[in-house]
Amino acid sequence: MRVASHSHRLDGSAGGCGTVNGAQTAWDLLHEEAMFPRITTSCEDLDNILGGGINCKEVTEIGGVPGIGKTQLGIQLAINVQIPVDYGGLGGKAIYIDTEGSFMVERALQIAEACIEDMSECGGLLRKDFQAFQLKMHPNNILENIFYFRVCSYTEQIALINYLDKFISEHKDVKIVIVDSVTFHFRQDFDDLALRTRLLSGMALKLMKLAKDFSLVVVLLNQVTTKYIDGSFQLTLALGDSWSHSCTNRVILYWNGNERYAYIDKSPSLRSASAPYSVTSKGIRNSASNCKRIKSGVVHLVISRVGHG
Amino acid sequence: MELRVQNEHLAGHLPTHMKGLDEALCGGIPFGVLTELVGPAGIGKTQFCLKLSLLASLPANYGGLDGHVIYIDVESKFSSRRLIEIGVKSFPEIFHRKEMAQEMAGRIHVLRPASLSEFTESLQQIKVSLLQNQVKLLVIDSMAALVTGEFEHGAPRQKTLGWHVSFIKSLAEFSRIPVVVTNQVRSQSRDETCHYFFQVQSWNETIEDRTRHDSHLVAALGINWAHAVTIRLVLEAKSGQRFIKVAKSPIAPPLAFPFNITSSGILLLSDDGIELTGPDINTIHCQGHNDIINFGGESLQ
Repeated sequence: MRVASHSHRLDGSAGGCGTVNGAQTAWDLLHEEAMFPRITTSCEDLDNILGGGINCKEVTEIGGVPGIGKTQLGIQLAINVQIPVDYGGLGGKAIYIDTEGSFMVERALQIAEACIEDMSECGGLLRKDFQAFQLKMHPNNILENIFYFRVCSYTEQIALINYLDKFISEHKDVKIVIVDSVTFHFRQDFDDLALRTRLLSGMALKLMKLAKDFSLVVVLLNQVTTKYIDGSFQLTLALGDSWSHSCTNRVILYWNGNERYAYIDKSPSLRSASAPYSVTSKGIRNSASNCKRIKSGVVHLVISRVGHG
Repeated sequence: MELRVQNEHLAGHLPTHMKGLDEALCGGIPFGVLTELVGPAGIGKTQFCLKLSLLASLPANYGGLDGHVIYIDVESKFSSRRLIEIGVKSFPEIFHRKEMAQEMAGRIHVLRPASLSEFTESLQQIKVSLLQNQVKLLVIDSMAALVTGEFEHGAPRQKTLGWHVSFIKSLAEFSRIPVVVTNQVRSQSRDETCHYFFQVQSWNETIEDRTRHDSHLVAALGINWAHAVTIRLVLEAKSGQRFIKVAKSPIAPPLAFPFNITSSGILLLSDDGIELTGPDINTIHCQGHNDIINFGGESLQ
């Protein structure tokens, strides 16, 4: 089933109930959600606690300490979005907004190559759109489908997000917007915290609107800070309390002993859960200790999705 | 503002001539981003910087960048005698000729700012010389010394540090040169934990055990700084052996390599790194090494 690439809104009239103009009934929303698949993270356990992957039409915030794998996950998603729908992607392009300069092209190439390799393992399950994907997907093509923006100040960041509306209308095949990280420029120069809060919430609203209007996946990567709570310092995601309300879902990446884990901190529909994951030379994958029967998340996904046809 | 990512955009690297490290970092110290060297006093950070400065000044056929180097020496640790010694021992064919040695050494410009404001001013000048394209490496040794002296812990320091970080990062990016910054360590106070609210319960006892066994050191300059650097190389000592480990990198897995300081710079004892997991990646050990760097001969354990 192909994902609709035009933004369209179901009017109240389509549901047959004209009570409130512009409203959709919950039933319609349920059906709408079924139409938009999620993007796989390439880690089966992580996909499971996310309900299948990162969801469209929502803003998902992912935060963690330096070195935990935020940028790695960002790059993995920018590549996974390009996979055909039946194999865990959305068949679309990515916008990667880099505020810190952490996007490294060599790493993206590495992950792209591994993704293509994993896809070839599904060789026995050849279908028409997969064959088409395989023919045109070369790591360079994958990189070309990532629109990369580098912003160097908070004003540039806000201006760019305001401009995205126009950009995405002209590039309807964009399916994901990743901001790495949303925090960096807002931590440096702010004397006026009230201004910062206003700017941040304006930005969050804008991104939420983009997600809804264009049926995008929006992923915001955040840093951590320490906060004095209950007599001790604790780690928490940066940008303050008001910001913590702004995103639909919140995932925290952390170290648990020697393993990397992801924890669903906040979500309207997902329950609180943790899952292990690992960062390998191929990108984000299942944690080694959990990888028993399946070689890669993509293969498992293919089996389940192809099964449902 | 908008770029399409293409593979021709592959940034270059400055090879460190340490085979294991260069392989892990896909070629060496990358251009265009901030690389941090952090470790306890006397571990070899300045030695590493001296070697890198030399490598950047060498002609291309010797694996260098054939360019000038700006070395910001805050604590007056730069030793030109040691620099020449490293040169003579590592590249005898170049350095035994006096005019070549003079030319190489002449490409390294040492600045000694006495205060943070002097440093800030010189940054502006550095920006101009970067635009002229001759400088191929910027070394700041050490960032911690510049900032720590000036402010009390807290908001004013974070703000100033933040400004400098952004500025240096943008310098690195638009001039596409490697920027290496050294950082100090400090001990972790009892109050500091490193857990989230949902982790507190299970970790309380374990943390007590750890602090008893290790001399618990962390990098200075705070967590903002830790986020801002792209590559973090930790130099540490465990049971009397020095290690250099890649604690944070977008490309490399967390590998540790044992090394010694020799007359020709830094020598890796093994090119196969030991892969680290979990807390080992970020903790900085300081057990059993002596502070003396032997200039004349081989290193002491």
